[in-house]
Amino acid sequence: MNTQTKAVSESQEVGAAYSQFLTFRLMGEVYGIDISAIKEITEYGGVTYVPTMPPFIAGVMNLRGSVVPVINLAIRFGGEPSTVTKKTSVVVLEITHEGTSMEVGVMVDRVNEVLDIADDDVEPPPAFGAKIRTDFISGMGKINGKLLVLIDVSRVLSVEELSVVNECCDGSLDQPLN
Amino acid sequence: MANSEDEMIHIFVEEATELLETSELALLKLDGKLDEENVEEQERCIAELFRGFHTIKGSAGLFDITPIVDFTHVVESVLSRVRSQDVVLTSELLALFLESRDYLALLVNHVKSDDDETDTEKEEGRILLERLAVYLETSEVATKEESVEEVPEKTQSDNQIENKFWHISLRFTKSVLQCGMDPYSFIKYLNKLGELVNVQLVDDAVPPIENFVEPETCYLGFEISLDANTSKQEIESVFEFVEDEYYVKVLPPQSSITEYIDMISSLPESQMRIGEILVNSGALTEKELEYAIREQSRQIDEATCNASAEKPAVIGDVLVKEKMVDSAVVEAAAKKQERDKQKTTINKSSVRVNACKLEQLINLVGELVIGGANAELRSRKVGDADLIETMENMSRLVEEMRDTTLGLRMVPIGDTFSRFRRVVHEASKHLDKQIELKISGEETELDKTLVEKIADPLVHLLRNAVDHGIETTDIRVANGKDPKGTVFLDAFHDSGHIVIRVEDDGAGLDKEKIMQKAVSNGLVSEGEYLTDSETYRLIFEPGFSTASEVTNLSGRGVGMDVVKKNIESLRGVVEVKSEKGKGATFDIRLPLTLAIIDGFQVSVGSSQYIIPLNVVEECIELEETEELNNHNSHYINLRGSILPYVRLRDFFKLGGEPQSRENIVVVNYGGRRAGLVVDDLHGEHQTVIKPLGVIFQNLRSISGATILGNGDVALIADVQNLMKALVTSARDKDVPQFQSTTGNRDSISIN
Repeated sequence: MNTQTKAVSESQEVGAAYSQFLTFRLMGEVYGIDISAIKEITEYGGVTYVPTMPPFIAGVMNLRGSVVPVINLAIRFGGEPSTVTKKTSVVVLEITHEGTSMEVGVMVDRVNEVLDIADDDVEPPPAFGAKIRTDFISGMGKINGKLLVLIDVSRVLSVEELSVVNECCDGSLDQPLN
Repeated sequence: MANSEDEMIHIFVEEATELLETSELALLKLDGKLDEENVEEQERCIAELFRGFHTIKGSAGLFDITPIVDFTHVVESVLSRVRSQDVVLTSELLALFLESRDYLALLVNHVKSDDDETDTEKEEGRILLERLAVYLETSEVATKEESVEEVPEKTQSDNQIENKFWHISLRFTKSVLQCGMDPYSFIKYLNKLGELVNVQLVDDAVPPIENFVEPETCYLGFEISLDANTSKQEIESVFEFVEDEYYVKVLPPQSSITEYIDMISSLPESQMRIGEILVNSGALTEKELEYAIREQSRQIDEATCNASAEKPAVIGDVLVKEKMVDSAVVEAAAKKQERDKQKTTINKSSVRVNACKLEQLINLVGELVIGGANAELRSRKVGDADLIETMENMSRLVEEMRDTTLGLRMVPIGDTFSRFRRVVHEASKHLDKQIELKISGEETELDKTLVEKIADPLVHLLRNAVDHGIETTDIRVANGKDPKGTVFLDAFHDSGHIVIRVEDDGAGLDKEKIMQKAVSNGLVSEGEYLTDSETYRLIFEPGFSTASEVTNLSGRGVGMDVVKKNIESLRGVVEVKSEKGKGATFDIRLPLTLAIIDGFQVSVGSSQYIIPLNVVEECIELEETEELNNHNSHYINLRGSILPYVRLRDFFKLGGEPQSRENIVVVNYGGRRAGLVVDDLHGEHQTVIKPLGVIFQNLRSISGATILGNGDVALIADVQNLMKALVTSARDKDVPQFQSTTGNRDSISIN
């Protein structure tokens, strides 16, 4: 089923029973993201560090004139930052926060391919035993008997968690000035 | 058509709102001039009021908005009595007009939101009408008299036509339907002024059916007989709403035949045809028509025989030459002309542009600035002198374009200011204090979004000044002050910022009272020492009010903290200065625009930062020796004064070793100086501010980002918040306080 070409799946009314997932490699594992959230994929580069942000915020980059935050997904998943190689890519996702949509880039080690996975072949996330936080997992896709971890973008890129600041004089900015 | 009708209603609402605003101004102006001798000025204001209400009534009538028409009609009647000096304009009447204006604004709002007024509002309207009616008791007679007057005047003119109805010749331009107007609605409205005796359709302009290709083109005209007790002005004003989209000629009852001749010759249809129509409509008898045609040919022969009659004009020429016969009509025409002139001057001075389009333009110019910087950077790399020169020229043009484009969003703050006259007027009346609002700097321009958002905080500050600041007349007299209190409202530019100042000559802030309140509120512990500025700052704490009595206007302690928050959200600050017994000054300091700033580019390691140029005072080299002399303390001696500084590398935890030669950028914000130590200085940079988005919402020391010429992202330092953090760390480390560069009076910055 997974070997179906894109053309076939499209003719079969995508969304009726299939979803498409972009698979990528990170820290030696393969993950999948629902492509409906993906805006574009671009090479990694020109990322500006933003001070006092949590370590998993790699910084911001210039995406054709707009400034887009870039998340170091490896650190976000609780691992060590991977070394940047030629294959390191930024997957730009569109997320919605309080009614407004915005773009966020996530760093991955390399991008693989787009797969069709039947909705029936997506299992709920395991209660424990996963390498990453279970709430980051939207489900497990079965492909040729192997399991693919599907990422829950809204959880991984939760604005509440990303926007935590660690400024040098903690809380001092709220104190009055003299 | 439904859409264009919505659009028309939208235009009506906008127009009505504007008119109501001007009416309010006129009313307030009148209020100040009631007892003055300047009758002319008074008359001008009344005329303006009348015009405003009248136009609203006219346009509302077009849309069948009966509540507005009915209500305005009464107001207008009272106004016309004031104008004819049958009723003396008292301050009570003025107040009533003001209330009526407010009620009307409410009605207009209902039109805007497309709902009906509530029962209480209806009741309110009824009461207002009753109160207005008092001034109208004999008014009906007056209007009748007026029109009676008009008629006999005309009996004196010769060759009178027997017709006792108004005759209206109406031709629409071809585009009237495309403009969303329905000719029928005018006729329907005319029917409200009086009774339509006869309406003849003039369809001569309709092309043969085989050529009839444009269903949206209007080819129709009307010849209307109207039985109405009204004035020529009133009839003409029906069509005011579609100015330029019609040609109309109104003939009063029993006009002279020459006027008919004029009219006939000015219409596009053949004279015989028009004559026929007029006879059909009963406007002229056959005999009169014959006479008219004879008369016309006679006139051609002796073109100047009758001074009051116009030469029969060539078709199309008439509009230019048009001149009315009797003086009342001439006056009306002159008035109309004046009104039109006013309209054109308004049209000349402004063009309504969709805010989205403007936004888009500004974004594009922003991109252009970035692109230009990129191109210039490359040209320098290439090193071709000609190319560099060309690029420099272009950069200059782009810079001008940026300024002009941003200027599009700039509006003078005056409109907002004049709104406050009402606030002060009402508040002072309510409190029974004599207060004058002096306004200056109305022409100062700032970003439209800022203007909109600053209005609320300003209202709060003004109310406070009136309520708490200015003392009652008795106290003022007892203290040897002018019994009339003054509130100043001023706006001016100050080094890339705009400062809006609210100043009063009242009692000033009472430090002891503030302290007492703060202690009882638990904000400050008993016996704690606070400087003056720290004390004043307490008034911006939530729920803080020293007013012993809560009044309707203020004193509940909400407000000041909201003021502070609103201003902060605009990247601004409030400064308070006060001297007990002499008054208080609140300065709101705002950035000029929110889109593009002049920045100063610096770098720390590989990171690029932009410091807003308007806060940069100077740049100096940080000398190692100096630092050593001070035993690693974070301040240097800058030409005799102490300058505290911070390393951005440390502050932002960037890591890495500082290079051997570092630079200090001396920044001055709100009267405080500090040094920011960076590695390299790169000079000025036109900074297009790009928002960082919600993920960085809690990041206080960075206010945004920008894209450099090479495509890299640089972060914009928020100097205001940086300074705040620095002050705190400075205090913790027990080094000298930041010196204040502002002078005499105690000053603080709230933020």
